[in-house]
Amino acid sequence: MMDWLPGNFSDFWSTYSTLVFSVGVHALLALSIWLTLSCGLLSLANAAFMGIGAYVSALLTLHLEWSFGTVLLAGGIAPAVVALIIGAPVLRLSGVYLAMATLAFGEVVRITVLNLEITGGPEGLNGIPLATEGWHIALLLALTVYGLARLRRSKVGRAFEAIKEDEVAARLMGVDVDRYKLLAFVLGGFIAGIAGALNAHFTFFISPREYGFENAVDILTMAVLGGTSGLVGPMLGASILTLLPELLRSLHDFRSLVNGAILVLVVLFLPKGIWEPRRIRNWLNRNKGKPA
Amino acid sequence: MLEQQLLNALTLGSVYALFALGFTLVFGVLAVINLSHGAVFMVGSYAALALVTRLEAPLWAAMLGAMLVSGTLGLLVDMLILKPLRARNAPHLIPMIATIGVGIMLTSTAQGLFGAEILRFPDGILPAGEFVVGDVHVRALEIAIVAIAFVLMAVLFAVLKRTQLGRALRAIAESPKAAWLLGINVERLFHITSFAAAALGGIAGVLIGLNFNAITPQMGQPILHKGIAAIILGGMGDIRGALFGGLFLGFAEVISKAYLSSQMGDAVAFGLLFLILLVRPSGLFGRKLERKA
Repeated sequence: MMDWLPGNFSDFWSTYSTLVFSVGVHALLALSIWLTLSCGLLSLANAAFMGIGAYVSALLTLHLEWSFGTVLLAGGIAPAVVALIIGAPVLRLSGVYLAMATLAFGEVVRITVLNLEITGGPEGLNGIPLATEGWHIALLLALTVYGLARLRRSKVGRAFEAIKEDEVAARLMGVDVDRYKLLAFVLGGFIAGIAGALNAHFTFFISPREYGFENAVDILTMAVLGGTSGLVGPMLGASILTLLPELLRSLHDFRSLVNGAILVLVVLFLPKGIWEPRRIRNWLNRNKGKPA
Repeated sequence: MLEQQLLNALTLGSVYALFALGFTLVFGVLAVINLSHGAVFMVGSYAALALVTRLEAPLWAAMLGAMLVSGTLGLLVDMLILKPLRARNAPHLIPMIATIGVGIMLTSTAQGLFGAEILRFPDGILPAGEFVVGDVHVRALEIAIVAIAFVLMAVLFAVLKRTQLGRALRAIAESPKAAWLLGINVERLFHITSFAAAALGGIAGVLIGLNFNAITPQMGQPILHKGIAAIILGGMGDIRGALFGGLFLGFAEVISKAYLSSQMGDAVAFGLLFLILLVRPSGLFGRKLERKA
């Protein structure tokens, strides 16, 4: 597919395609948590939803040999259904308690996968056919961004925003808070599941280790690092946190030190994340105002 | 057989409880979920190991040293990171993410300094005695661990219940603003709490390191999960609850490992946790949540 490109690009692509794919998948995950955050929900279940998507899709490919398109769809629908089932009781909780409940749910999913026979236990699933191509990820990411951008401007998006700002006030204004929260939760699960399905079909191998607490926290970190005021922030955060460890390879054991330090510094000095349109606009205007 | 397991469970549970107490103290007083607590726990055990191997300190001195090192670390995190965030009134999610960053930094530093491999205390450091009661083998080490954990917890309870400092802390847990209006030096007490909580986490690290005689940079992660589970089980910010939750998790882990599969035990614990959150979000001991309106 890439042979019309100059040689050094093919070299680059064969070395780094997995990395580029990861950036795309992480961007999808960051957007999935952005969606729940935009409704004021701090849910840490996204890594588990990703895992459900990954396992369901991989098992369908391996055992039933469904086509890749249907597999992707199933990978999104499975966690969405789970989200629908646990959503009603879980979403009564708020703030830290919701975070903890979704965390506990994530652990239950991880440990269940670890112990089931069909999921391969701790060794995970091996030999998943490579089916994901660059354009699949690009297309799905573009569709997600387009869909979320439309959603933000719609009645639903405004309801999310009202709930995020003040749940009680939103309820009093006649917003059906519970239904919108459930919608955000289920949609977030759907996107995370698709990301998981895409991921499973280019990494060749999945194991329960990839869907635990650390991964849930990583996803949250990407969104917060980039900034949650819009759609650009989460994707930017995902790119930075995926590429940074590669760039810092020479630091060996100390490389995640920089990762952690950046996280702390951003939280301390850029409260709204790296991508904050207003700050960037102000900064540009200030430079414009100066005489040359 | 069961008695032997119960002894193991008590040892493990008392250390979990000690860890969870520091965790819940920070949540109760500072209203922060401090996700660097697991890394502080890990730092404690490395500090004790370094004191024992490099400075040839006796074990009791190494324990005190480890508490001092981890406590200072907790104090620094509060002064350098949590304080500025408090000053600008950041939403509760933000300090939590900052402490994730701290945890990553500490783990990475430990890995860089000591390597990723398992380190052990040198021979002859651990109390080696062992005696048999009925058919239960009791290691002197286990007795020491349980004793240290319970003495420290008793001291903490006494301080919180009986002293002026404890009253001030409970006032802050109720409402920092009201406490401040009453003339309590809230910032100073935040510092003290951070120091004490981290010191408890650090000594818990030493005790676990001694019990299994294995220290790795990643050892803070599983216990952080246990700590989270313990304080949810007992009610977040609740001291008695953390004690109960920690002990319960110790028992759940050991008993289910012995009688079920080795991994399913954690699923039972977290599944139970999930259910408790749904039925009683404020935990078994916690008070009813206030509604924001």
